[in-house]
Amino acid sequence: MDQHSAEQDVTQPPLRLDAKDIVRTPKPRQWIGTVIALLLASMFLHMLVTNANLQWRVVWSYLFSSEILHGVLLTLELTVLAMLAGLVIGIILAVMRLSDNPLLQRLSWLWIWFFRGVPPLVQLIFWYNLASLVQSVSVGVPYGPSFVSWQTNSLITPFTAALLGLSFTESAYAAEMIRAGIQAVNRGQVEAAHSLGMTSAQAMRRIVLPQALRIVIPPIGNDTISMLKFTSLVSVLALPDLLYSAQEVYARTYQTIPLLLVATLWYLALTTVLTVAEHALEKRLRRGHGGPSGAAVRSQSRWRLFDWHRPLPTVAP
Amino acid sequence: MTAGPAAGEPLVLVDQVRKAFNGVTVLNGLSFEVAAGEVCCIIGPSGSGKSTLLRCINRLEKIEGGMIYLAGRPVGVMPHGSKLREMRQRELAGQRRDIGMVFQSFNLFAHKTVLANIIEAPLVVKKTSRADAVRDAHALLARVGLTGRADAYPDQLSGGQQQRVAIARSLAMNPKLMLFDEPTSALDPELVGEVLAVMKDLAEGGMTMIVVTHEMSFARDVADRVIFMDAGEIVESGSPEQVLRNPSHARTRSFLARVS
Repeated sequence: MDQHSAEQDVTQPPLRLDAKDIVRTPKPRQWIGTVIALLLASMFLHMLVTNANLQWRVVWSYLFSSEILHGVLLTLELTVLAMLAGLVIGIILAVMRLSDNPLLQRLSWLWIWFFRGVPPLVQLIFWYNLASLVQSVSVGVPYGPSFVSWQTNSLITPFTAALLGLSFTESAYAAEMIRAGIQAVNRGQVEAAHSLGMTSAQAMRRIVLPQALRIVIPPIGNDTISMLKFTSLVSVLALPDLLYSAQEVYARTYQTIPLLLVATLWYLALTTVLTVAEHALEKRLRRGHGGPSGAAVRSQSRWRLFDWHRPLPTVAP
Repeated sequence: MTAGPAAGEPLVLVDQVRKAFNGVTVLNGLSFEVAAGEVCCIIGPSGSGKSTLLRCINRLEKIEGGMIYLAGRPVGVMPHGSKLREMRQRELAGQRRDIGMVFQSFNLFAHKTVLANIIEAPLVVKKTSRADAVRDAHALLARVGLTGRADAYPDQLSGGQQQRVAIARSLAMNPKLMLFDEPTSALDPELVGEVLAVMKDLAEGGMTMIVVTHEMSFARDVADRVIFMDAGEIVESGSPEQVLRNPSHARTRSFLARVS
């Protein structure tokens, strides 16, 4: 019976629809997917529990051993130092990039181009072998007498080589984020500062940078997480970070898989802590006062090799 | 810092100023002067160059011809042999200390509290002691009717309150001249009055003011002189009575008919 005639039918009261009566729409395909996923997950869990090669007892016994803990410490140290140095250089590069001086602009562009283009692993090895290129480093008058001089070999330890490679790479990415952050700060802020008698440098330092940094804190937090993972590259320089410490142990004991698991668990724990901290910070910043909306720059970081779930970079206004 | 204007010398002298944006003339050789203590309102249709003129006076925009003088000194340039050179950052900053500016969009420092906004320039530019700067800031807040809001952030204030803080922030530098660039145009109608009241109070206190505005009532009641600009030129200038009630030019008449 069609609707029209139903309305005409006075003997049968019209059916009254009510949203309360909505039931779940059957979704058979979703069910099939769920079953397959659960099956795969259970197989994986079963493997984790039953596969004797994982040797969970060995994992447990090394998880908090002093050798591994020292590695964790070095990994953290490298992360913090490389991020700090990278940010400082990044701020300088961003300001150079936005300056009126075409030479400074181009130098900054060149640096960013170079250090974004060369893989950090190649850089680490390159810096480590710097002594073969330059025998000594000295401070003095360019092309003139030098006051202090160091042998490159004594200057470039695995640690400094690692720090140079990681922080220079980070500086290139940080520069682009900070530049976007600076550009996102309203032009009127600088004009107000100028009209009060502040110089451009004062306006940049006191007014623009604090607001720009607030905008780029979330992507910087994200970079810190990436940096933590990238520090594992330093194991090629025989620097006893978390990964290399684990490698050293299994080189002795041949317990490769359990020690790789130890490293994996530590990396996961550290990145989880950083992720939680980053989310808390981001939430607080969003609630806090001041500064233009950071949404435009929040996803500016291009160091996103492993962050597939993140939105694609957007162009700042 | 700078010597006060000699007797009879105008505080601001705009002489044959020309300015173009991408080949489009915005200021077409206009001249006028403002005496110390005078309140000068600039009115005119949008796009007539009013705001640009104001921004040229404190060198937020550069001019391409003519010259602007503040207390007898050219703005933004220095004599250089027989020619002129642009001022260095510090020289220009020194000159801008004497010129307060209030913007249409307030431009309060978004990451700083009201108090921090006001004491920023005295601390950083004038090197005033913090105690003095804070004391002065509280006095200024009382003057603009915002006692008790010192710890608020700009985004917690209404537009009218923000604009009053912006005025207090400019006054903290003890400027000789205040520029107002459409100070009430971004405000809800019910908030316009509180800002105009502060400006009127300032005018009555003897401040030299150049005000770009669409508030004809303010121009009529407070201004000593009204300048009507159109297409980068001064069409008519005189007392509010003359310009607003008995305009002699057809362009002024048609503009006034449109806004009232």
